[in-house]
Amino acid sequence: MDQLFVNLKHWLVDFAPLGWQPLVSALISVAAIVGVFATLFAITTILERKGLGRIQNRYGPNRVGPFGVFQPVADGLKAMTKEDIVPRAADKVVHFIAPLVLVMPVFLALAVVPVGRNMVAVDLDGGILFFFAVGAATELSVFMAGWSSRNKYSLLGAMRAIAQMISYEVPLILSAVTVIMIVGSLSTTKIVDAQAGFSGWLPNWFVLTPWGLAGFILFMIAAAAESNRSPFDLPEGESEIIAGYYIEYSGFKFALFFLGEYIGLFAVSGLAITLFLGGWRAPLPFLTWIPSYIWFFAKLFGLIALFIWVRGTLPRLRMDQLMNFAWKFMLPMALVNLLAAGVWHFMEPGFARWAVCLLIVLGPYVMLGRSLSEHKQFGKRIYRYAE
Amino acid sequence: MTVSFAIIAIITIASAIAAMTLRNLVHCALALVGAFAGLAALYLQLDAQFVGFAQILVYVGAVAILIVFAILLTGGSEPPNQPIFSASWCIGGGVALAVFGVVAWTIRSSHSITHGLPAVTQPSVRQIGDQLMTKYILPLEVVGLLLTAALIGAVIIAMKEEKAK
Repeated sequence: MDQLFVNLKHWLVDFAPLGWQPLVSALISVAAIVGVFATLFAITTILERKGLGRIQNRYGPNRVGPFGVFQPVADGLKAMTKEDIVPRAADKVVHFIAPLVLVMPVFLALAVVPVGRNMVAVDLDGGILFFFAVGAATELSVFMAGWSSRNKYSLLGAMRAIAQMISYEVPLILSAVTVIMIVGSLSTTKIVDAQAGFSGWLPNWFVLTPWGLAGFILFMIAAAAESNRSPFDLPEGESEIIAGYYIEYSGFKFALFFLGEYIGLFAVSGLAITLFLGGWRAPLPFLTWIPSYIWFFAKLFGLIALFIWVRGTLPRLRMDQLMNFAWKFMLPMALVNLLAAGVWHFMEPGFARWAVCLLIVLGPYVMLGRSLSEHKQFGKRIYRYAE
Repeated sequence: MTVSFAIIAIITIASAIAAMTLRNLVHCALALVGAFAGLAALYLQLDAQFVGFAQILVYVGAVAILIVFAILLTGGSEPPNQPIFSASWCIGGGVALAVFGVVAWTIRSSHSITHGLPAVTQPSVRQIGDQLMTKYILPLEVVGLLLTAALIGAVIIAMKEEKAK
């Protein structure tokens, strides 16, 4: 059961002539990634709208099919049949390429995320590096979309997006570096293997160590900012700049932006699972009989639920708050966390190691928090205009 | 020379030429990104995974964005009026030829041409890290110092000037 899809792929590849087998194998992997994650995208949109509706005390979509479950189908048909409008002043070529430049890298990034035992499309020696390298291309696509539309709002949104993505890429990568330091490899499969086994009841996941927990929290915050999720959705703030960089896109190109954003979210969540949550491994010893891919996707849905919850409950940050948070809090904490991971690596296992690493992370956290909020008067909020 | 090398080389050179000749600066920057990506593909074809991915991460992810920011913030995104060919092309061409000559001469007289290539083993990222931390520690430190100095310089330039009392 665990190797069902792996065996299925081998069985299919065996039909191909000998020289064509590598190509067929790659094609099957690509088709599987595109198919599975695009379906997941459709499921997530309906879950997100339903979840947000629940949080905001309303129904959410409930017209198409039972409980509105066929809403993604209706949305997809609508996107495909809509007229594709390109502004007259727009730079036609760049305007056309931008959505493709967004969607292609995020699917590429999924290629190195192991979704189950022996289930990774390409097992690269520098897998993590590959992930961040292709992720860098998305910033360019955001700029291309914002600039080519010849619209002030879209250009503003693009500039916001690039500033935000560059700022949060640093803590994102630095928090991932801790895991690379401990494992001593950039390969995603080796990182998952390093988290195998159980100590007592608890799994050997990195999130259950002091530096791992801090790294995981930093990584998730930076991931939300990288994928322009609320509370870091300034680039597309509907109430300020309407929709940011993709304001001039309609029809299927808009759907591609939407798709790219969600696939990027899945990819970065998948990487978080690989780095800190033990990849496809089971959380408890007596649950190992459940197939590995089910565990991966269960964790993925868990993280997506977390993102939806955060989106429904937190207000949007202001630009200066966003930048201050990235450079004055996230970056120092990520650096301190590197130190904690180094100490963890060189100290003997035991209680002392736990205490020392916890102190290294918690001490700067408290001091940074105190010093950053010193001159701000936090108190009861006073509403001047809305009563 | 394989087919894949030819395709990558053509794409790289074509984007580099486009980066030099296009009228719109933003188009030039985007074409330059194509050239960077082509170079990364060449590195990957040589089995240099680390260099290839680092090339994409640094050049496509950071340098290209920096160029684009510089173009937009200085208001140079409108196409200029003067013709694309100018007298300074001769000087530029001369400099380019000189650089090419030096590089070609270095490669011709390099150790690996005269003595043949050493047996290639695909270097893992771990080996690169080991080498950086032992054999090449001094260059690494020097680069670190240089970058720190640049960082401090940028902060000082961007800092608000205190009003003279």
